[in-house]
Amino acid sequence: MSPYFESYLTVGAFAGLGAVLVLGMLGIAAVLRPTNPTSAKKMTYECGVDPVGSGWSQTYVRYYVFGLLFVIFEVEAVFIFPWAIILERLGVFGLVEMMIFIFILVLGLVYAIRKGVLEWE
Amino acid sequence: MTGFATDLFANFWVSLAAKLALVATMIPLIGMVIGFAEMKLSAKMQSRIGPYFAGGRWGWAQLIADGVKFFQKEDLIPEDADRPVFKSAPILVLVGTVALFVVIPFGPGLIFRDLSVGIFYALAISSISTIGVLMAGWSSANKYSLMGGLRAAGQLIAYELPLVLAVVGSVIMAGTLSMSGIVEAQIAAGYPFVILQVVGFAIFMIAALAELTRIPFDMPIAESELVMGYLTEYSGFRFLFFFLAEFANMFTMSAIAVTLFLGGYWLPGIPESVLVFAGPVILIGKVAILSFVMIWFRWTFPRFREDQLQTLAWKWLIPIALANIVITAIFKVLF
Repeated sequence: MSPYFESYLTVGAFAGLGAVLVLGMLGIAAVLRPTNPTSAKKMTYECGVDPVGSGWSQTYVRYYVFGLLFVIFEVEAVFIFPWAIILERLGVFGLVEMMIFIFILVLGLVYAIRKGVLEWE
Repeated sequence: MTGFATDLFANFWVSLAAKLALVATMIPLIGMVIGFAEMKLSAKMQSRIGPYFAGGRWGWAQLIADGVKFFQKEDLIPEDADRPVFKSAPILVLVGTVALFVVIPFGPGLIFRDLSVGIFYALAISSISTIGVLMAGWSSANKYSLMGGLRAAGQLIAYELPLVLAVVGSVIMAGTLSMSGIVEAQIAAGYPFVILQVVGFAIFMIAALAELTRIPFDMPIAESELVMGYLTEYSGFRFLFFFLAEFANMFTMSAIAVTLFLGGYWLPGIPESVLVFAGPVILIGKVAILSFVMIWFRWTFPRFREDQLQTLAWKWLIPIALANIVITAIFKVLF
């Protein structure tokens, strides 16, 4: 097996272990724990009183624009990583190129701040 | 005999099984040690005694007793909840936690798997738990959970960026993404990167605290207004797994910070020949110090308001992290 494939397999096995831990422990606990659900127990918790309306009530997701900005910045952060590794080989050329890239990034952030989309009112 | 043992562990499947067994023991152990430390230190900082009776002395068996108690708890799922999502949320959170252990170097060669994309992989995997948290908040069909889940999502995406950008400084200095490669670069340089990356280290620790949703960044589970946030409807073992993941994540986040900035398993003055044995001890010692600081912060700072949280991340940490990258790059190329 190639080391490349082995790396993937190790990661997969570790992720699988996470699921097995949860399911295994819950399985063991299933033997020990009591099961006596009543309608009062299964009611949605709302500080003791009967819940009002549905739990999935309409809410104002304030950070919709934050989410959009996040996607943009995160993708650009991914571009910075390969550059960071080979910066020494690229030398001044790579440095200047990335300065321009980061300058544009900062420009976008300043624009967003000046537009007031990052205010939380 | 030793030859046989070496041959046996050279087999990929045998060593993989051993690694899985090791990490499966480590995670509950870490959870218990950090959990107990948090109980006792919190008590100390509030002039209380803390757990005292379980186990006889110092109440050392408190968390074992808690674990046994959780085994007997009824597994309640609210009627209105979205059952498949509700059930799989703790699994997703723990999957992210366990997978993070793959790339933590405990000593020279003592790493579960030295991925060439090491730190990049760690950052990617650590965002999986964000989805788990959002799933937990949404599926509970509870207003507190929904608010908590949405706040958590907003906070985790805001602090993901400073976390990622703070790492770049160390990557530029090391010239590699591999976690053990970064430690070796620090050994070769003769100093831990924190000396030149104080800003990066500070931003990383602040963002890591926010990613762990620990005080002062605990808006998503603010007890005084949201009961327990996205955990409100969870009980018994499923609830325990969220806590186990939180404490194990405290360990992994501290370990990543130690590897990137504080020299990892290495201390100046320690000869490289003994690092195989001393490495894990040094790493765990450094992680213990950082974990102590996180617990200390909990009793030092009041909680941030939601708008203050977002302002800190977007208007302060991200620009500073970008400036840190630029300055580090200039020094790397010109000097």
